[in-house]
Amino acid sequence: MKISLFGFLFVMWVLIIAGGGILVMILGPFSISGYGDFDSLLTSIFKAIIAIILIIVWILILSKLKNWIFKKEIKF
Amino acid sequence: MTELIIPAIISCIVAFLTVYFTTPYLIKFLQKRNLAVKDMNKKDHVMIVRPGGPSIIAGIIASELILYGFLQINEVLAIIITSFIAFVIGYVDDRKVMGGWFKPIALILASTPIIIFGAYDSNLSFPLFGTVQIPALYLGLIIFMIPITGNTINSIDVLNGVASGFMIIASFSLSIALFILQNYEISIASLPLGFISLAFYKYHKIPSKIFPGDSGALALGAMYGAIAIVGHVEIIAAVALLPAIINSFLFLSSMKRIVEHRQIKGKPVEHTEDFKLKATNDKTAPITLVRLILASGPLSEKQVGYAIFKLTIFSGILAIITAFMMRVVI
Repeated sequence: MKISLFGFLFVMWVLIIAGGGILVMILGPFSISGYGDFDSLLTSIFKAIIAIILIIVWILILSKLKNWIFKKEIKF
Repeated sequence: MTELIIPAIISCIVAFLTVYFTTPYLIKFLQKRNLAVKDMNKKDHVMIVRPGGPSIIAGIIASELILYGFLQINEVLAIIITSFIAFVIGYVDDRKVMGGWFKPIALILASTPIIIFGAYDSNLSFPLFGTVQIPALYLGLIIFMIPITGNTINSIDVLNGVASGFMIIASFSLSIALFILQNYEISIASLPLGFISLAFYKYHKIPSKIFPGDSGALALGAMYGAIAIVGHVEIIAAVALLPAIINSFLFLSSMKRIVEHRQIKGKPVEHTEDFKLKATNDKTAPITLVRLILASGPLSEKQVGYAIFKLTIFSGILAIITAFMMRVVI
């Protein structure tokens, strides 16, 4: 079987680990203050937006990698 | 931990035997009612009965209820109810063809027991880097996790024995990872999933006697997702599921929308004269894992199945490595 599939799987795994690291480093210490009862809500909303952006970036990177890794296979 | 050995053994035996002994009766029942579909990858006109979901859900409920009797924890109840709701949604789709959006939307309902029972921890753990607390975002993760795992397993159910064989490898990898992380109770709660898949594989492997159908695939996938959440091993579970995730990712990125397989006109795979599977050059057909495996040349259905299993074993090993990495924080 094509080694490229195992390669793509491995790259996905590395991206998950790296993405997790970025998420923990960016979102972990982040908190909004000065808005009273809304502090935790605003912090959550901001964290959610950052996380969604990271997921979109992750999908875009995967799409590029897919085209690059499988450029010989995907003639369809 | 030693007090968990007896419940573990009993639940695994019950899980295996329930599916092993109920499936032949289910096959006869479905044959009598003529609930069969054509096996598209066979040369002759072979009809296979479906769905196998009822025996799968019987195995899940019987084994997990026994575990609940011993452990009395909400996490087990959440697993049972989530799997059952997913089974019902799948069964509706088995009996009546629903639109492409039905299952993903309806499966959101299946995730609610986890929230109602409070069987989750809003800290998301990552290997090497520790945890991040995301209370609001984590609720969103729960709501999306069950539809994703359910539909991902359903989408890999394309060849004889693949969905059940895939679940054997992925679920046992997850059980080992939970054991490594010393989450013994959920590790034991996850073991029946592997034994249910193992018993069902006996009838599902090539040449299949029964297909799991949407009800079977969604019940297996939802149970897997529920275990990932209540066991706090979301990332490890995703890693063990990577070949199926790749399949869904390739499909969605080529089709650019959520669509039922039966609604697609272009065929990703065709048959050679000796009825091996062969990738087509149809640009309107979705790119799938099977199509990529076949890109290097035609293979038999059995060979493609084994290729998927090799990829699953590889991702299972990566999942276990990830579990070890969870215990290291840099």
